[in-house]
Amino acid sequence: MANKESFSIKQNYKNKTLVEKAAHFIFMVCAFFAVAAVFSITFYMIISGAPALFSVGIKEIIFGTVWKPTAEQPLFGILYVILTSIVGTIMAVLIGVPIGVLTAVFLAEVAPRKIAAIVKPAVELLAGIPSVIYGLLGLLILNPIMYKLELIVFKDSTTHQFTGGANLISAILVLSMMILPTVINISQAAIEAVPKHIKFASLAVGATHIQTIFKVILPAAKSGIATAIVLGVGRAIGEAMAISLVSGSSVNFPLPFNSVRFLTTAIVSEMGYAEGTHRDVLFTIGLILFVFIMAINIILSRILKKGDIEK
Amino acid sequence: MKKTTKKLLALIGAMTLVVGSLTACGSTTDTAAATTATTDTATTDTATTDTTATDTTATDTTAADTTTTDLSGTITMAGSTSMEKLANAVAEAFMAKNPGVTVTAEFTGSSAGLESLTAGSVNIGNSSRSLKDEEKAAGLVENIVAIDGIAVVVDPANKVTNLTKDQLAQIYTGTIKNWSDVGGASEPIVVVGREAGSGTRDAFEELVGVKDTCVYSNELDSTGAVAAKVASTPGAIGYVSLDVVDDTVIALSLEGVAPTVENIKAGTYFLSRPFVMATMGEISAQDANVQALFAYLASDEGKALIESVGLITVD
Repeated sequence: MANKESFSIKQNYKNKTLVEKAAHFIFMVCAFFAVAAVFSITFYMIISGAPALFSVGIKEIIFGTVWKPTAEQPLFGILYVILTSIVGTIMAVLIGVPIGVLTAVFLAEVAPRKIAAIVKPAVELLAGIPSVIYGLLGLLILNPIMYKLELIVFKDSTTHQFTGGANLISAILVLSMMILPTVINISQAAIEAVPKHIKFASLAVGATHIQTIFKVILPAAKSGIATAIVLGVGRAIGEAMAISLVSGSSVNFPLPFNSVRFLTTAIVSEMGYAEGTHRDVLFTIGLILFVFIMAINIILSRILKKGDIEK
Repeated sequence: MKKTTKKLLALIGAMTLVVGSLTACGSTTDTAAATTATTDTATTDTATTDTTATDTTATDTTAADTTTTDLSGTITMAGSTSMEKLANAVAEAFMAKNPGVTVTAEFTGSSAGLESLTAGSVNIGNSSRSLKDEEKAAGLVENIVAIDGIAVVVDPANKVTNLTKDQLAQIYTGTIKNWSDVGGASEPIVVVGREAGSGTRDAFEELVGVKDTCVYSNELDSTGAVAAKVASTPGAIGYVSLDVVDDTVIALSLEGVAPTVENIKAGTYFLSRPFVMATMGEISAQDANVQALFAYLASDEGKALIESVGLITVD
């Protein structure tokens, strides 16, 4: 190793090459670990999730509607659970993404500097709050309100099972709260990264500020906003702790006022004690969740970034 | 000089990491047991799992009657959330008597606790239900340390004070949906229960006769969560361990019999179940610390402790 500072370009050539090569090697090793991690997770999920698909049957698991794992004749139908995760994620994204993107536009373009100086740190703090806190707040504040609403809506119903406020709507509201900070932060960074001359050019030809934002800046920030949406969807579909406190955890069809179970909460609430086939089916649920996330990532990236490539 | 000290520090850091990872790799079963442990005692867990490995391998039963102040080591328990109060009280009292022993307890559910015991990662498995045949066949011994009543609770605003076994069964299977059908105000019934692996749920469903036919609106993960949900939701009904009942909920009488210690001992209150502290093999085959714990539980002091947390002692 060099034992004196060397600023000459020609001197110490051997040492410099050695350092370069060593650095490249270390970077390659780090990258290798990352890739190895993804591959081993995929491999492990497939290995542990596959046995139940064969022993219980793909149709029974994915298309069955009754979940009674500890009964005399165990039934492992997770159709309602899958539907709940899909519906819950879509609704949470439909609520959270527009609010998030518009807030990002506000912060980046419209807000006076002083207000932005208050709102921005608040949003960044929101992003750091652990998900369990959102669940606790949902339990304390959201559930009683939902219960009162439930009593009003189903006043004369004879068939509805009252859940005390722990239902799909509560879970969706908590999920949209949780994806807001992620979407806002990334969208805002994307909007601020749009080159200023594009905005000024649009304003120069006579467009109003709002027209500029929606017709010029947002399309230019498309890939960043797409990233924000993908991350938001990922967080929504993968969240377990917060919604397990507010969603009720019974397996039902995902209607707004029903007590429902998501793919994630199904694994979390029963993994502690499950044994034998039950445990294998829980791993299969994990595999299905994994497949969903991969599929969503790929599809969303293709759809949302297509605009960029065509430009 | 600065550059060489930086390099030296980096080298020392790398060596520490390597040495650390090698020692971790050396005791694979211990680290596997450590990863199954939950939040309670994060740093002490790695220490306790190392010593429990040595404790359980040593089967010197001749050391049974050492004086209690000479004991040292650790005892690990895992299992039922209903037994949390008892486990914590016993741990505290035993550790006060024997300062050299550390007693730790995790609350993962009856079935999970018995599984940990079978896997050998804990000394005692707490279960709020009797052991199944497969568990006994795996070598677990059922040591009943207390009897617990299951109380059916409703929120304080509810005017209903008594239910028959039939009505209870019909409420939990969804046949009766409104409190007005059992003598209360016209309010919908919110049925709260435990998750599928819970000892409390197993015991409740079996004693009431509604096994596998219950329709819950909320399946919660612990006795505490059920009590909290019932206390805060008007019209809710749930079942909890008797020792958890406090002012925030009202315990119903069943078949005209109130859930009190006397009635459970007399056998007139039908919702009661054993609290089991299972061990792998007989108590006499455990290490000195575990044997001392069970001796303590059987002593007068231990019985007073059990009664002080609201449970019933076994004679």
